[in-house]
Amino acid sequence: MSQATPRKPRLATVWLAGCSGCHMSFLDLDEWLLELADRAEIVYSPVGSDIKTYPKDVDIALVEGGVANTDNLELLHQVRANTRTLVSFGDCAITANIPGMRNLLRGSDPVLRRAYLELADGSGQLPHAPGIVPELLERVLPVHELVPVEVYLPGCPPPADRIRAALEPLLRGELPHLSGADQIRFG
Amino acid sequence: MSVCTLRINDHDLAVPLGTTLLQAARQAGIHIPTLCFLEGLSAVAACRLCLVELEGSDRLMAACVTAAAEGMRVHTDTPRLREIRRTVIELLFTEGNHVCAVCVANGHCELQNLAVEVGMDHSRLPYRFPQRGVDLSHAQYGLDHNRCILCTRCVRVCDEVEGAHVWDVGWRGEHCQIISGLGEPWGDVNACTHCGKCVEVCPTGALFHKTDTSEEKQGHPERLQALMHARTHQQWNP
Repeated sequence: MSQATPRKPRLATVWLAGCSGCHMSFLDLDEWLLELADRAEIVYSPVGSDIKTYPKDVDIALVEGGVANTDNLELLHQVRANTRTLVSFGDCAITANIPGMRNLLRGSDPVLRRAYLELADGSGQLPHAPGIVPELLERVLPVHELVPVEVYLPGCPPPADRIRAALEPLLRGELPHLSGADQIRFG
Repeated sequence: MSVCTLRINDHDLAVPLGTTLLQAARQAGIHIPTLCFLEGLSAVAACRLCLVELEGSDRLMAACVTAAAEGMRVHTDTPRLREIRRTVIELLFTEGNHVCAVCVANGHCELQNLAVEVGMDHSRLPYRFPQRGVDLSHAQYGLDHNRCILCTRCVRVCDEVEGAHVWDVGWRGEHCQIISGLGEPWGDVNACTHCGKCVEVCPTGALFHKTDTSEEKQGHPERLQALMHARTHQQWNP
């Protein structure tokens, strides 16, 4: 072998507190996904890999969702510690968006009581299974209020062509410069 | 007619005395972003988006209420102004609960459009998630304080154009909010004529028709402007 081929960028996608709509939009990349699979190594993704633990030495991570519970928070810290370029992927990651609307109830206990007792049909009980069901955080927070973020990709969800516009430069090792209604509009 | 000459960016202009910097800029085709300002209503300089720099002064001036004066040299698009405008929009997003995805005005919202214009891909300020209410007591319309940015367009259109003065601004600081009557439910205020002008000029989804669901609300400031033109020029049949 005369020369080693350059290493493909290692790509991850991560699903925190969101509806998975950003990941569905990612799948809307359709045939470009085949090119993506050729140009990048998909090392972790709920829609593209069966790996359960976040790997080391990841180049690019698309992180969907706000940070709502202890599992989200733990995974986010693993992602940050093992990823070069963290992309805040969609409005929930960037603004807390729909999951963040529970913040208006002020705290996890009022949220659980509202959902599992007040609105129950009489047999309601609070979920309690330490180590199995993750505890809610007091507030749902955007990703960048907890860890540094390199790229923001707004939208609910970001349309597929917007995702591609961010990924193309990232795969070349460059940071995207997104602007205009087609690329940074919320909602 | 007395005229003054001034320079805005690299345009030399001559405008009648009494012209505001915003009017002068717009006549010359120079864009200055605005939010609380609406043609047809009085200017109140509440949102601070139209701030401009004047040579020889450190003080920034709101273009909507500053009269052009002889020899003024005005800059409308400097790095400092761009930074301030983005921060203003971030402040508006973080002090309320603006969830574009489920808003009646999604896709037709002046605040959402301005976020794009100022390049806001995220907020550098923390979100406050304040506790605010929704008033659905009116038969036709609703008011969601979560989406209100206190531009006071509704207050002004109701007072200055409809003459009903249903709306006002109550309380102070973070408790500041639009109130109807003397802080009564909107539906209980007899002064309301149900004309809907407040809904048509609201830049966000704060005021809406009850039948509007997500993405369905469109503002209609042009109807106010047509009415004001008709009143001013007594032209009632276009």
